[in-house]
Order: sequence, then structure tokens, then C-alpha cells
Amino acid sequence: MEKFDVIIVGAGLAGLGAAYTLAGQDLEVLVLERGDYPGAKNVTGGRIYVNPVRDLFPDLWPEAPLERFIVHEGVVLMAKERSVAIDYAGNELRQEPHQSYSILRARFDRWFAEQVEAKGAMILPKIRVENVIKENGKIVGVLAGGDELHADVVIACDGVLSMLGEQAGLHPSETPHNYALGIKEVIALDAEKINDRFQLQGNEGAARLFIGEVTKGLFGGGFIYTNKESVSLGLVIGIEDMMDKGGSLEAPALMEAFKARPEIACLIRGGATVEYAAHLIPEGGFKALHPLHGDGILVAGDAAGFALNMGFTVRGMEYALASGYYAAKTVLKAREAGSFDADALSEYGRLLQESFVLKDFQNFQATPSFINNPRFFSHYNELNGNMLRDIYSVPAGPKDRLYPTIRKYLGLGEMWTMFKDFREVTKI
Amino acid sequence: MIEPMDLKAKLGMDVFKSGGAAHIKIRTGKGKDPRLQKMAMICPAGLYSVDEQGETSLTIDGCLECGTCRLVCGTDVLEWAYPEGGAGVQFRFG
Repeated sequence: MEKFDVIIVGAGLAGLGAAYTLAGQDLEVLVLERGDYPGAKNVTGGRIYVNPVRDLFPDLWPEAPLERFIVHEGVVLMAKERSVAIDYAGNELRQEPHQSYSILRARFDRWFAEQVEAKGAMILPKIRVENVIKENGKIVGVLAGGDELHADVVIACDGVLSMLGEQAGLHPSETPHNYALGIKEVIALDAEKINDRFQLQGNEGAARLFIGEVTKGLFGGGFIYTNKESVSLGLVIGIEDMMDKGGSLEAPALMEAFKARPEIACLIRGGATVEYAAHLIPEGGFKALHPLHGDGILVAGDAAGFALNMGFTVRGMEYALASGYYAAKTVLKAREAGSFDADALSEYGRLLQESFVLKDFQNFQATPSFINNPRFFSHYNELNGNMLRDIYSVPAGPKDRLYPTIRKYLGLGEMWTMFKDFREVTKI
Repeated sequence: MIEPMDLKAKLGMDVFKSGGAAHIKIRTGKGKDPRLQKMAMICPAGLYSVDEQGETSLTIDGCLECGTCRLVCGTDVLEWAYPEGGAGVQFRFG
């Protein structure tokens, strides 16, 4: 029987963040990763915000293999036959330190894992963890590849399905309610073409979200992020909505329809798809978070539910990194106290509570119910599109007055519904 | 216009490593479960198909390991695990 101080399951951002923080502290730290290499099973839509985690990993960022810093933030309301776009660009986004970067996880995580190993933690790839080992209700290790590996504490960073947390008895099997399916293509394109098509210079990048017809009115949306020499293009679809209202819609066909839209087709023309990926995304926010610790176990990253759809942006990776960091800090404190029981590990929740992680989840806890409004995924997009169509249209004869043109769409009933929908924003 | 791309061609761009038995199986007698039929629409790799008798079958090659079918069908319908260590899809970009 092998015994370690800490076993971390999963070499994603949470697991690597925890291992990086624990390495070099005179602890035997083992990271188990089921992929061929760290990053092999990891997928993102594409953008990481650095500011919240810059100081937690000060040495990491200068050399990190990030793609482009984002200077254009776009939202496109997609109707059936038209679209309305908003593009925010600002000098503040061009100034260093840049707040967010596009990222490709297989590259980033592989590099991050090398930094972790250089600091002294051990990473074993190609190892699938099958179960936790429980003794008298306490987690004392994991079963992996038929071997029993013991540790004072296990940090479960095993990703969105959180099977370890389930096996440890922290939460029941997950249901479709709080999850969305993300599908993504990485499409190779020359840097010059990317710069021309997205109005970028040098290593500047763009992020653009799409809402409405891209999901045929179902919960979700589309995204495109520019990488150095590729774009990450994808769709996110609420699983429960797809089950209940999807009818004959097929997820892969929705992706193809998205690519065929003129708003997208001209951006990816001449590009070649080099990878096709899919991944689940926690969408439940604060109310859907899993228990964060048990006796001998901590849970971090997607496994804990640390992804947050804020509407105008979707975040997860910085929460994964920070939760890994605070899990590591908890372990260090527990070691000093000489106990890894549930009481000692509850420190983790306190640390997260004091940090941006749980503050963000609490402050944005009303977003899932606000966003989960079918009118945002069809009605308002059609309304905006139709209104602009009529405002911009110049007929052969005299043009209608502006006020009646707008009033046609914004009658009292409509205004009242709109007021009620957007009143929900006051809770966020 | 960009040419529509066949799902098989897309999956053909991915790197898959073989190893072990099928990691997801439909449990005996559960082939007609309505949740499985949903997967024929939802699976991003198009691995589920329903025949004329309403029986769903699953081809595991090309699985992207997203976990959607585990959520949709539950473990009472599917025997669900990740592939063995080192096997399955290996993302080069992610």
C-alpha cells in the first residue's frame, strides 16, 4: 500500500492549481490524471480572466502560453433572418495588465503541469481513479488502476460529473437540470486573416457571444474566441431544455446551422476544423454548488460546480484555479493542526467565502433564474431585429414616422412584460 | 459559403487512443427507455441511434466523454464510466 500526504484527482486548473501551491512545502503530493497527458481531457470555450488569480500564482503568468488578450467584447442578438450586434472596445482593454485572454487548455495545462512538476509534485498521467477508499466514514485514499493509494487528504478535482464527490457521499448523482452541453470546433486560420476579420492588431483578441436563433430558442448561446492562429467556435445548449423542448433538433446540426449563418460564415471562411470537442458546463450557480468538503476530502473546480454564467460573460477557469489554491491552503493549515477531519477541512469554505470565489457566486446567485427566460432566446431577438429592420428600411414611397414605427413593437403589454423581465436585474 | 461538415469528418480530426472495453453500455432490457431516444438528438458525437422497433443502440467509437448521456439517462439505464487511463479522446487544443 502506497501512502502520500495529498492525492489530487485530475490535472485540470483546480488540480494543478492545488498541486502548484502545495509543491515545495515538504509534502508528498501526487496528481492522478486519466488523460494521456495533463490537458488531454480538458476543454474550455475559450477565455480566462487573470486579474482575480494573478496574485495567487504570481510567477505563473509572465511565461504562460495564453493565446490573445481580449480587446473586443461582443454580443450578437440573433433573430431568424437578421441580427443586432453590440461591440465594446476600449483603451482600458488594451492596457497591461490585460484582464482576459483566450486560451487552449490542452496547451496551457500541459505547460502548467510542467511547472508543477518542476516545483516538486508528482503527476501520473494515464491513471483513471475508480473510487474513493472509505474507512469509518473518512476518505483515506483512492482506488486507481486496481491499486489502493492512501493519503491524509484527497482533493477531488475530477471535473464536472464529480463522480468522486458522489462516491464519497457528498452529493447524489447529478441530473440535467443544472447543466448545459458545450460543443466546440477549433478552426485554424492565419493570424493575419483573424486580425483583419475581427479588427485586431498584433496579439489583440476578440470575444463574441451569440444569443437567440443559434439555439432555436432553447437555453444557451454561441461563442467565438480568437486564438493566435485559430478561432474557438461553439454552442452551449441547456440539457433540460433540449430534452423538454428540443423536438427534432439535433445538437450537431445546430452547430452546423450556426456555422452557416452569414454572421459566422464570413469569419471562418477558408478555415479548417482541426478539433471537435464537447464538454458539460455547470449552470446552476450558487444554489447548485456541491458540498465543498467531507472527512478527508476537498472538492475544487468544476467538480464543486464552480462555473458562473453572468449573462454577458461566462466564467469558470479562474474559480477552478482559486479553489485549487484555497484547497491547498486548507491542507497546509490542517497539517499544522494535525487533523484532516471534516471540521479541520471546513476552513476551505471559510477561505472561499472571504475570497472572490464565493462572493461572486453569492452576488450573482440570481443570474441563473434571470437568464433562464425563454424570451431572451427568441422573442427579444426577433423584436429587436424587426424594429431595426423597420427603422432602417427606406421604401419607394414616403417613410413612416419614427415614433409609430417603434410603438408598433413596444405597446403597453410588451413594455410591461419587458419591465417585469428586466426588473429581475435589480436582484443581481 | 462554407461547406457543411459531416460529423464523421469532424470526429476524424480528433485523436482517439484505444484501450479497454466499451466504457458506456446500455443496461440489459433498457434499450427502449425514452431517455435513450433523447440522446439520439443530443449526443454531440451522434453515437446513439434508434431503430424502427424503438430500440436504441450505442456506438462508443468517437465518444467525446462529455458526460451528457450520464445526466440524461442516469446510471439505471447506462453503465457509465470514463475510459481506462490513457484511452479515449485526447484533445490537442481543448
